[in-house]
Amino acid sequence: MADIIRDNINKDGIDRRGFLQCMAWAGTGVLYTVHGGILKSLTLAPGGQYGDRMSEMKEADFSFIQISDSHIGFNKDANPDVTATLQIAIDRINSAATPPDFLLHTGDISQLSKPSEFDTAQQILKGAKAGKIFFVPGEHDVLTDDGLQYLNRFGKDTKGQGWYSFDHKGAHFIGLVNVMNLKAGGLGSLGPDQLKWLEDDVRNLKSSTPVIVFAHIPLWMVYPDWGWGTDDSEQALGYLRRFGSVSVLNGHIHQIMQKVEGNVTFHTALSTAFPQPAPGTAPSPGPMKVPADQLRSVLGITHVNYIQGQHSLAVVDSTLA
Amino acid sequence: MKKIYRIFVLAAIVAAAFALGFITLTTGTRPILAAGPAEKLASSNEVRIDNFSFGPTTLSIPVGATITWTNHDDVPHVIASDDKLFKSNALDTDDRFSFTFTKPGTYNYYCAMHPKMTAKIVVQ
Repeated sequence: MADIIRDNINKDGIDRRGFLQCMAWAGTGVLYTVHGGILKSLTLAPGGQYGDRMSEMKEADFSFIQISDSHIGFNKDANPDVTATLQIAIDRINSAATPPDFLLHTGDISQLSKPSEFDTAQQILKGAKAGKIFFVPGEHDVLTDDGLQYLNRFGKDTKGQGWYSFDHKGAHFIGLVNVMNLKAGGLGSLGPDQLKWLEDDVRNLKSSTPVIVFAHIPLWMVYPDWGWGTDDSEQALGYLRRFGSVSVLNGHIHQIMQKVEGNVTFHTALSTAFPQPAPGTAPSPGPMKVPADQLRSVLGITHVNYIQGQHSLAVVDSTLA
Repeated sequence: MKKIYRIFVLAAIVAAAFALGFITLTTGTRPILAAGPAEKLASSNEVRIDNFSFGPTTLSIPVGATITWTNHDDVPHVIASDDKLFKSNALDTDDRFSFTFTKPGTYNYYCAMHPKMTAKIVVQ
């Protein structure tokens, strides 16, 4: 099943067909591989082909896991115990046969930036069997002191308001911050300082270097009416278009979505806390309540395998059910 | 015959309960008769946050009036004026924020977490 955007009337990167496909995946998990911008996907039914496919991925040069939107401190109907579901996610990560090289947390660690919420999150995340955890902030993490507390806890050795890059086994990772200094009426924002830094950061990289960008709010226009996009993301992507393989990993919208645009693949992860409605299907993007016995089927983590040489990145979303 | 008697007894109990004040007809949590002029005045200086929207989106008030915002959403919001005159802490569900407007003018504001949410206060 090749997913190509055929109609894009709203210029939001989603046609109706593609959108329904994305939604069909929620709750089942999806594996997709990227070869030179052509995307192949396979829906993974619970207890189905997942195990077989995962064994195919053993040849990967390395793997990492994206985890997002833990919202520690949230205690409303949609999930009265977000600490427990974060713990389940970490248990899943720890049960993998091959531990990931590291974790990426794409923001909204906490609900209200309270020290106690960050303490709880750090305590649970510390139990993950992974070399390191890299973070970018969500808008819920920078509610006090212009994000200083976030920087002290999760963003040491970063630039500006928390952006940075690092290299891992031949791939270049870039963590961006698009939740600070948001303008009235606008969307997510990177800002001129960060854009300048990004341009310089990638200037001397070979175009064959695989680039993986991660940030909280989607760096593509998922649904601007709900603020699901970033105002100046096009400028950032402009600096990355020359690269043969760019993967963009985001959170914020608590559901799986993906889009391929040339050599750039966009992907959003599930939350470990609560689901949010599909664009336009509810009066607001607020937390979506599902029956308690179904909650874990709409929460999840994202497993990413990188195979060097093939420029191939395999992304597997799996739920906590 | 027995059935009719039972209904009568039930009706009598309900009537007695009303008479004794055990049951009060209410709108929301307030008794109907309690909604006096003072309360109406207060509500005209209130902005509700529901479903990621401010209501009303434009509110006209006299100089010196105090506006109170109340968050009715399951997610926090932060109220911030475009000109940085006022900014609330993160308001969790049912939290309130108040600000007194001492000079005439139009004050545009938004949610610093969800900047698509915009509204204004007109002070005359």
